[in-house]
Amino acid sequence: MIEKSLKLIITFPTTTAAIAMEKICLSNKLPGRLIPLPREIDSSCGMAWCAPPENRKELEQIAKEKEIKISGVYQLYF
Amino acid sequence: MIYLDNAATTLHKPRQVIEAVVEAMSTLGNSSRGLSSCSLKASRTLYETRVKISELFGCPRADNVIFLQNSTEALNTAINGTVFSKDHVITTDLEHNSVLRPLYRLKKEKDVELSFVPADSKGNLSLESFEKLIKHNTKAIICNHASNLTGNIVDLSKISTIARRHGLIFIVDVSQTAGCIPLNMEEIGADIICFTGHKGLMGPQGTGGMCIREGIDIKPLKVGGTGVKSYSTDQPKEYPTRLEAGTLNSHGIAGLSAAIDFIQSTGINIISQKETRLMNIFYEGIKDIKGIEIYGDFSLLQRVAIVALNIHDYDSALVSDTLSEKYKIATRPGAHCAPRMHQALGTENRGAVRFSFSWFNSDEDVKRTIQAVKEIAL
Repeated sequence: MIEKSLKLIITFPTTTAAIAMEKICLSNKLPGRLIPLPREIDSSCGMAWCAPPENRKELEQIAKEKEIKISGVYQLYF
Repeated sequence: MIYLDNAATTLHKPRQVIEAVVEAMSTLGNSSRGLSSCSLKASRTLYETRVKISELFGCPRADNVIFLQNSTEALNTAINGTVFSKDHVITTDLEHNSVLRPLYRLKKEKDVELSFVPADSKGNLSLESFEKLIKHNTKAIICNHASNLTGNIVDLSKISTIARRHGLIFIVDVSQTAGCIPLNMEEIGADIICFTGHKGLMGPQGTGGMCIREGIDIKPLKVGGTGVKSYSTDQPKEYPTRLEAGTLNSHGIAGLSAAIDFIQSTGINIISQKETRLMNIFYEGIKDIKGIEIYGDFSLLQRVAIVALNIHDYDSALVSDTLSEKYKIATRPGAHCAPRMHQALGTENRGAVRFSFSWFNSDEDVKRTIQAVKEIAL
């Protein structure tokens, strides 16, 4: 059985942007990790940044600062 | 980590492949550019690899083996080089986007007509449908040898008979079968086969190409430097140069050459038997677990070593992520670049989790993966 919990999911238009997000988050000690793109968001393939919902503001802020293109920001059980 | 995403790329390569690439990177010059010993060494490496590939796939001439980056580049070259404005093409629900997208673009930009042979709920094609779809302007049939989602292998000999009878070009995508099962382009009746080097062939990424039957004319997708006939304004007409503009990946091809040596010395039947055995152990170990839905036809005599499934109503991304994070098992969720196959199976909204096995997997890998799937399904 898989236990789901509420997550913040940030999606990107390209894999390049997703990897850039991972690099920025790691170097700034921000939480999260890359996951496969949940089908609830998009049935296409791809990857997304998954983090605790309480970190939403700082993650959106750093993506904006570093000019990382984001497709969407979601909260869902994953 | 247990690596079960070999249908995407084989992670574990024979040691000789890695050594061959390293050796090539310090010894090979640019093939067909001058006659220095290092340039000649590159030319000889490419030639020897063409010979090995022609023997492996039953290609009648080594110079009809074309080196390209991968199956996608080969398929783009084959499709755009044989299908022209207002032609009609028959293809299938089993195809990867490497076939579908070039065709959709031709439809949009060149008024090319497309017909699709549908797959049933087990992922099998109705072979009788091919002939019924033929029209006055049909130019080619393009068909996958095996689905990268279900692992079902298509009986190509029946399709090639139809193609021959109607004078159609028969292009086959062998991305999932090359290196995994014995494959002879004469026996299957293909005019062009498109292969990649980094999956079942266990070579480096960035290697692949096509084998072309004699008499098949393909207009080049790329033109440019070839090292020969430099004052001509046209691309040389002869294969392989006709389709190989620019410096080739001779370092990678040296690795591919070593990979083919490994396959030939091991025996492709031995490789096929092992991969099939691992797939069957996995299939038998999970098929009766409550909540598991498996896709594809496991009654087929021959398949490639792929098992695609879903567990309960879980998102395939969540299952694959759990397998990776909790059990250190690498799989592939989602759509697998096979949109029509998912639509035929009714999985377009949820995708599927694909487990694909290779020569380098073990019985213990399979045993641990069965246990992981059982725990997730509990």
